[in-house]
Amino acid sequence: MTRDETVALVADILSGIAPEADLSALPGDADLREALDLDSMDIVNFVAALHERTGRPIPEADTPKLLTLDGVVAYFEADAR
Amino acid sequence: MVELRSASIGSPGPLGGYPRVSKAGAVHRVPPNLADYDTARRDFSWETARALLDGLPGGRGLNIAHEAVDRHAAGPQADRVALRWIGRAEERAFTWRELRDATNRVANALRRLGVGDGARVFVLAGRIPELYLTVLGALKARCVVCPMFSAFGPEPIATRLEIGEAEVLVTTEALYRRKVEALRPRLPGLRHVLLVGESGSATAVPGTLDWNAIVEAANPDFTIPPTDPEDMALLHFTSGTTGRPKGAVHVHAAVVMHHMTGRHALDLHADDVFWCTADPGWVTGTSYGIIAPLTNGVTNLVVEAEFDAQAWYDVLERERVSVWYTAPTAIRMMMKLGAEPLKGRDLSALRFMASVGEPLNPEAVLWGVEAFGMPFHDNWWQTETGGIMIANLATMDVKPGSMGKPLPGVEAAIMRRENDGQISQVAAPMVEGELAIKAGWPSMMRGYLKEDARYRKCFAGDWYLTGDLAMRDEEGYFWFVGRADDVIKSSGHLIGPFEVESALMEHPAVAEAGVIGKPDAVAGEIVKAFVALKPGHEANETMRRDLLGHARKRLGAAVAPKEIDFRANLPKTRSGKIMRRLLKARELGLPEGDISTLESDER
Repeated sequence: MTRDETVALVADILSGIAPEADLSALPGDADLREALDLDSMDIVNFVAALHERTGRPIPEADTPKLLTLDGVVAYFEADAR
Repeated sequence: MVELRSASIGSPGPLGGYPRVSKAGAVHRVPPNLADYDTARRDFSWETARALLDGLPGGRGLNIAHEAVDRHAAGPQADRVALRWIGRAEERAFTWRELRDATNRVANALRRLGVGDGARVFVLAGRIPELYLTVLGALKARCVVCPMFSAFGPEPIATRLEIGEAEVLVTTEALYRRKVEALRPRLPGLRHVLLVGESGSATAVPGTLDWNAIVEAANPDFTIPPTDPEDMALLHFTSGTTGRPKGAVHVHAAVVMHHMTGRHALDLHADDVFWCTADPGWVTGTSYGIIAPLTNGVTNLVVEAEFDAQAWYDVLERERVSVWYTAPTAIRMMMKLGAEPLKGRDLSALRFMASVGEPLNPEAVLWGVEAFGMPFHDNWWQTETGGIMIANLATMDVKPGSMGKPLPGVEAAIMRRENDGQISQVAAPMVEGELAIKAGWPSMMRGYLKEDARYRKCFAGDWYLTGDLAMRDEEGYFWFVGRADDVIKSSGHLIGPFEVESALMEHPAVAEAGVIGKPDAVAGEIVKAFVALKPGHEANETMRRDLLGHARKRLGAAVAPKEIDFRANLPKTRSGKIMRRLLKARELGLPEGDISTLESDER
């Protein structure tokens, strides 16, 4: 996926989990948990939704790679290659 | 195959078919503080426990901070590491001598601001060193400390500051701007807000002071004034089924319990490296994340980052953690990853693991043996009890799923409430009743702040009624059954349904809201809300998101619902009270029980 596609997907997923979250001013390297006030359950739901929406299996151990916008982008970029 | 270091798993026991973890013949690396349970119980007295502490010099009383800091700073421990902090980007360590000077500065700084005896000092921050220094320094200055969870939204923060009559708030610049600034007009009694800047940088926000500038300018010499053991020291908020959160009052004498349970339940020894993963915003993170390790002269490890299994294993290995106190939600998340990430790691320093927050499921207790070579030792206590009451001990067989046995000095019983309002003890094994603790232990709450009626309701004669349903087996082990009320336990934290419902009701579209705990494999329970809308509003995904966003903004992620369902009408009693119990039974497909009081049913 391109960066824009991934960012749009993240925004769409988060609008269901944390609708109040404002991604417009979010730095790419910011920890989503802190910047958007997500707790561990939110992250579990977020990763599950990423898996559902992309069809890509995401092992539990990869969660730490998906805690920033840049991280998610890189994760699915690598996938395309 | 992991070598079994301190326990062996026996044949399946009678309860749920989970094998007992036997300690017979276990090799303990250090002699456990509590060698024999029955002997320790028989010989125990609170006077002896109190004698393990020094008291303020010259017989001037008992102060938590003196026991945690000053007495070690004046002794052979002075140059050992008391507090080791692992931040996201940097690390810091304080020896007892340094901790004494730094907390003296805080005490002097508070005094110079005119913050007097008994003044309420609230702390709202992640696990940063300034939080720990503030808590201990404020205790020295005889202030009352109330730590708040930094994931709270503005509403829980405001409610607690109001009920607690906060005079001082110490927080970070980022949290202040996001959550507190807009609340200031509601908080006329809040005299000082001290801000910690990002990575310790200076702050200049109107209406606030810079924590670092004020503390650094203060004198590092301070003598703790006379402190009565019954002086109020800590305020911890907890949630009930109805009404606003309750501020449980704890006094300086509680340190006797913190210290004793650190020895007995966590088996702390002076050369330990101890890691309590709880946040000081909850009682565990204060009693055991700050006080108990320090009074016991143990290096207290603090990790700023949130849970991440790999990072936690790195910490365990690199810091040579020997005693680890964590929580079921984290253990279950580690379990999902399996034992594989632990392969090849040197965790040879680790010798005791404990868990608290909600009952640890038997599979997780046993996974400890598989993954770490020792079981997780579950224990039970509450905000109101101030310290561990019932525990699985180092020398005791572990029955997976049980909370263990009452500690020396603690008398626990299962009670039945009779029709006349009296209670009677349930003697038969494995019969359900309310868990009760005989009053008189030093860290028992001394009241709910300004809520005397609710405080008195917790007692029947000499017994404190915990609100937890439990059973006791023929060997004296206690087993948790459930809550006697509607309070929700999510990730180990109590959440009052009323607080969540109130926030939802503030939304202009909401007519009724009922909130329950829905069982969850990882968090224990999650908060689920049922909402009936006012006429003219449509129940759809847009509305659901609007309500969810509203609740999260008001309450924060830790308290807000994770699920919202719509109903045309919620089940109510004749007096209009929403029947949460019925909502829950229906959600879980359980029998509906007695519905004779149901007047207006769910649609």
